Amino acid sequence: MSSLVEQPRSIELTDRPADVPMNMGWTAQLHEWLTTVDHKKIGIMYVVMSIVFLVIGGSEAILMRWQLFYPRSKVLDQDTFNQLFTMHGTTMVFFVGMPILIGIGNYFVPLMIGARDMAFPRLNAFGFWVTLFGGIMVYMSYITGGAPAVGWFAYAPLTSTTFSRGAATDFWALGLIVSGIGTIAAGVNFIATILGMHAPGMTLRKVPFFVWTMLWTSFQILLAIPPLTAALTMIIFDRQFGAHFFDVPNGGSAYLWQHLFWFFGHPEVYILILPVFGMVSEIIPVFSRKVLFGYEFMAAATMGIAFISLSVWAHHMFCVGMGRMPDLFFAVATFLVSIPTGIKFFNWLATMYGGRIRFASPMLFSFGFLSMFLIGGLTGIMLGAAPFDFQLSDSYFVVGHFHWVLIGGTLFGTFAGIHYWYPKVTGRMLSERLARWQFWLLYIGFILTFGPMHISGVLGMPRRIYTYDAGHGWEIWNQLSTLGALIQAPSYAILVYNLITSLWKGKPAGDDPWDAWTLEWMTTSPPPSYNFEEVPTVHSRRPLWDLKHPEDPDWLYE
Amino acid sequence: MQTYLVANQDVGGAALRIGRRDGRLRNPTQRIYCRSTGEREIRGIDHVDVIGQRALLAAVQGSPGNMSIFAPASPGAHSIVDLAILTFVVTGLIFVIVEGVLLYSVWRFRQPRVEQVGEPPQVYGSMPIEVAWTAAPTLIVFFLVLVTTRTLWDVEKTPPESKAGDNALFVTVIGHQWWWEYVYETYDGRTLGFVTANELHMPVSDDNTSRHVYLTLKSADVCHSYWVPRLAGKVDLIPGRVNSLMLETKEPGLQLGQCAEFCGAQHANMLLRVNVDTPEEFERWLANESKPADEDAAVVDGKANFLTQSCVNCHAVRGTPARGTYAPDLTHLMSRQTLASGIIENTPETLADWVRDPQAVKPGCLMPAFGLNERDQKSIVRYLLSLR
Repeated sequence: MSSLVEQPRSIELTDRPADVPMNMGWTAQLHEWLTTVDHKKIGIMYVVMSIVFLVIGGSEAILMRWQLFYPRSKVLDQDTFNQLFTMHGTTMVFFVGMPILIGIGNYFVPLMIGARDMAFPRLNAFGFWVTLFGGIMVYMSYITGGAPAVGWFAYAPLTSTTFSRGAATDFWALGLIVSGIGTIAAGVNFIATILGMHAPGMTLRKVPFFVWTMLWTSFQILLAIPPLTAALTMIIFDRQFGAHFFDVPNGGSAYLWQHLFWFFGHPEVYILILPVFGMVSEIIPVFSRKVLFGYEFMAAATMGIAFISLSVWAHHMFCVGMGRMPDLFFAVATFLVSIPTGIKFFNWLATMYGGRIRFASPMLFSFGFLSMFLIGGLTGIMLGAAPFDFQLSDSYFVVGHFHWVLIGGTLFGTFAGIHYWYPKVTGRMLSERLARWQFWLLYIGFILTFGPMHISGVLGMPRRIYTYDAGHGWEIWNQLSTLGALIQAPSYAILVYNLITSLWKGKPAGDDPWDAWTLEWMTTSPPPSYNFEEVPTVHSRRPLWDLKHPEDPDWLYE
Repeated sequence: MQTYLVANQDVGGAALRIGRRDGRLRNPTQRIYCRSTGEREIRGIDHVDVIGQRALLAAVQGSPGNMSIFAPASPGAHSIVDLAILTFVVTGLIFVIVEGVLLYSVWRFRQPRVEQVGEPPQVYGSMPIEVAWTAAPTLIVFFLVLVTTRTLWDVEKTPPESKAGDNALFVTVIGHQWWWEYVYETYDGRTLGFVTANELHMPVSDDNTSRHVYLTLKSADVCHSYWVPRLAGKVDLIPGRVNSLMLETKEPGLQLGQCAEFCGAQHANMLLRVNVDTPEEFERWLANESKPADEDAAVVDGKANFLTQSCVNCHAVRGTPARGTYAPDLTHLMSRQTLASGIIENTPETLADWVRDPQAVKPGCLMPAFGLNERDQKSIVRYLLSLR
């Protein structure tokens, strides 16, 4: 306890990490960033990389929406369109979704568990650079005359040299193998860090909830990414060395690819959502001024999701003719996921209930997450009902559903996290006014973009079509979607503007601007490279609560 | 029999107007697509259409453009709709309750409203409450599993063997990069054994007789998916696998659908047309399709021309040396309403356009423009027009 009591620091207003000399030239700065093994700098680079790719992937989406505004429109030709949706999906999953979550985890997991760095700092830097190079490699496919046009799930045998000539598909597969190595490295590192480097007193039952979710995400990474790497290697072997893994006329199996891909692909969805569950589980308590309701149940639910998600992959394959029993098995497994997810949801609501809710930007985005993710979850239940999925699968309904999960869930939650932790990273507050503009443009634009897709899907519109005929009642819904995309677009510009200008315009944040309870708020903003002068000893899940309320500490109740 | 085209009056109007607004009317595809059927002239197209509203209306009112999964025309599609409505009700209730609690909480407990000194009471959790809200979704899941199982057993059936008197049609569907091959196997126990493309004909069921259609689904190249929303859920066509799908409907007329699994450049234009004929019409159609190609003395040089060109490497015309299997069988080409797997109406003009340059109509399709001279081209088109 003594170490905690000494802690309240004078609020230092620093523009840069304490250990970087003020007079450092830009070459020295660049050298510092390129060679750093500091988990905080690496975390920042992950997030910056993800935001750059977010802008690229978003621009691709806008182009596609432009093409789909009118039936039989000729804005883009079929090859360009097919390349765009391949790159959009690949970019958003591999170079936006995962790296932004890994980046935030990289920055905050060590801080939240009172560690000085990740367990393997060099592996950490390696993981980042490899992920970045993987992304660049995938985009290098454009120099071969065009990006791959196989879709992000790249169903064999469309990826064979017979149907995808040129080198684009090789660039794509190699790029994903390379970035996958980085992701696996990050997963290993998180597990080692969380299990091995937590502060004295912080047992696994007392880690902050975000850390807990990162732990299970990392296990999922270790189980899901290697099958993808194996499958991509098979593609490369088929294409380059004359192997026949997916080559049906020579005894290969096109069906095999689907199993391999979705064995990765479905846990991937949970890799993209579990850390976000963790973030909002940090934010909702702080902004409701209440402890997280039912921590143990939340923790168990996280494990439950991590386990069940490994046995639901073939719900992406209800239409391949697996037969009744496999269909039923995967439908039941899919429904089962809704139980732990429901538990989480109810616990968040219970945390807010009876609290005193401050609607600062992190809470606003968390509200966006709660209100929208619910809908994505419920349409997921519809898709899980296998016979209903026979109709909905591969239609625009699915496109609406997973964007509802990935934007309504992952992105809103991630933005909540960014607004929550930006003051810690930079020492400055983000503009609340801009954050509100960003939120409402995104909220309205998002609903308008993806809501109508559920309807066009139900009206029979398949996904991944570069054009469509008038007369099926699809036009108006596509036009609304495009309109929504145009409303969304400025919200991302506002985010980028806010993130950059607040670096010097933002109000000084101080160490603990939100009056929060986890260890990262104990050190300076931004934290020094060593994070903590003295490794803190903790006694409960909310060490700063104990510090601020010595008369009524948490460890009396846990 | 109703012989609708996709571009019926309302729809054609909408597309035409959009074409004009974009100044793209000169594009051959656009013009062909918008070419009227007889009906369009009767109804007229000239009133103002706000971006596709009339098309939407047309879809809702049961025009053949309607591909809504909530307008089922078969028992299988019906039972899926029943399941869909059940899941809608269940998820809708959850939505209203949870979203309601969320909105109530943020309204009731937002800060300016709740004025308190110090922190609100800290509640760490409650075992009974946790058990309750674990049990509730578990019960809902149990219910959903039951109804899902029922529907699953209802719609996924193993096809029977063909036998005389079964009133059942057996067709093998082979997906190709961007067209559909139909091999008619048997009907009512009679062996048929002819091949056609892109337009499935099937007999309608009535109150006394069920006429089931059993499709065997295969792929010649990449994965495709067979989806006619009003008749059935989709089933994939995967190279190396054999899938099956049963269709049945009491609604005569045209049902539309399209490929639902991304299959390459022209995935968007791999359309499905199912003509549901009365039994008499269907028998007439079968009789015509079973014959070899018509011999017409007037187009003898066209035929000779066709047979000497590379057309025969890919296309087949039964009764001639043309036996290619990579492209649609042309034996009764003119009995089809559309060309290029359903994207354009089949008329002498569109056929000529297609033969001249398929890439202008369906860019990226596997038939190249052969650069035939005007005379060869005309004579080949004349020959094709004789294939009724």
